[in-house]
Amino acid sequence: MGRRVGISGNYAVAYAVKMADVDMIAAYPITPQTTIVEKLSEFVANGELEASYMNVESEHSAISACVGASLTGARVFTATSSQGLALMHEILFMASALRTHIVMANVNRALSAPLNIWNDHSDAMAQRDAGWIQLWVRSAQEAFDATIEAFKIAEETRLPVMVNLDGFIVSHMYEPVELPDEAEVKKFIPSRPLGNRVSTKSAHAVGVVGPPEYYYEMKYQAIDAIERSRMKIKEIDREFNSRFGKSYGEIEAYGVDGADAVLIVMGSIFGSAKEVANSLREEGKKVGVISLRVFRPFPTQELRKAVEGIKAVGVVDRATTPGGVGNPLYNEIATALYDMPERPAIQGFVAGLGGRDIRQDDFRLMYSATENAAKDGAGRCMYVGLRE
Amino acid sequence: MKCLKTTLKGWREIPEGGAITEPGSSVNFDVTAWRTASPVIDQNKCTKCGMCFLYCPDSAIEIDEAGNYRVNLSYCKGCGICAKGCAPKAITMVKEGH
Repeated sequence: MGRRVGISGNYAVAYAVKMADVDMIAAYPITPQTTIVEKLSEFVANGELEASYMNVESEHSAISACVGASLTGARVFTATSSQGLALMHEILFMASALRTHIVMANVNRALSAPLNIWNDHSDAMAQRDAGWIQLWVRSAQEAFDATIEAFKIAEETRLPVMVNLDGFIVSHMYEPVELPDEAEVKKFIPSRPLGNRVSTKSAHAVGVVGPPEYYYEMKYQAIDAIERSRMKIKEIDREFNSRFGKSYGEIEAYGVDGADAVLIVMGSIFGSAKEVANSLREEGKKVGVISLRVFRPFPTQELRKAVEGIKAVGVVDRATTPGGVGNPLYNEIATALYDMPERPAIQGFVAGLGGRDIRQDDFRLMYSATENAAKDGAGRCMYVGLRE
Repeated sequence: MKCLKTTLKGWREIPEGGAITEPGSSVNFDVTAWRTASPVIDQNKCTKCGMCFLYCPDSAIEIDEAGNYRVNLSYCKGCGICAKGCAPKAITMVKEGH
């Protein structure tokens, strides 16, 4: 039987990693590290989790150790945040192209400067081209469930998976979480020897030079793998549902049927966006909201289907691409919807950078600007909540 | 660096993650174009100590049937480590194209 506990988002991830019975955890123990690995080190120290726990001198080393361990077939985990993820940058590309099955929790926080430890999405967005599957959660429960799914997705696609949870809003908030029975989790993700590539029984070279005659083909393998992961992610979510009674899908649409204006968001602000949509709907406004749970691979078809017949969408970015056409999420959505026969107007917003609260009034403003875009077309990106 | 193989594998044929499963595959790559100077061994000065053979990072120094050290120019990148490590100064780096 499962049990209901009050834990933080960080602890929810740690419990999921423990139930996944990982073989190895490598992590940098100091800021911007979170209590995810602190809890895991406790589990290992008191014998609740039999795993090799490696304290390393940087996030660059943490992810490098995970790549190495993963190539032996071990189930591995690491966690980081903001600057730590940035320090991992070059190794992230290797992790995907070498087809490792690393699971990493990334607590979404802003990148310096100025030094800031609060929530936004600039860390993960800066790694969007690294070839990792990116899942985005909105609560401690989802953080737990997504982490469990992540191990299965990673091992079946042999691609690394990043589970993103909003810094503080999800990571440090204590919420009720339903923990399933550990034996059930083990049935869902059985620990079995994975396809080893580094072994004393066979001779292989990995991490080799790929000259111009080979780089392209080797890189394309990882591109093909993430494309094919779309079906796996769906299949694994269905299986998760049949075992644990919860299903998430690639996107979640709320109040979208018959709506004129719809906001598209990622992460924990989905809750506030829904609240404000509810009160606007009571005032007779036709508004809804879509949240993306999967950012890589980008759920293009699901999104196009969800916005069919909608006049305008407003895209809320919690990260920026300075000097770019739009911002990361906006650019993806604009590209995904571009050749729809009747595409909605797309209004871009930037909000909540560096942990700035996105208040109900900010959502009202974004819904109203999106409604205006439905009538008059979209304008330039709006920097919501920015003081002049 | 140029692949010497005439038929190259497609992406589906390459082992997952670009792993190399056959040993010694670097012999398929010609690195001649990287070289600006090549080592010339004076066999009269050579004491056959084997330091060049040990130091060469690309295993481009080979031993022929007569026991003499020779440079395989298909794999020599011209780094000059062999010349630096040669105690009797039997190896000279000669600029290419001169």
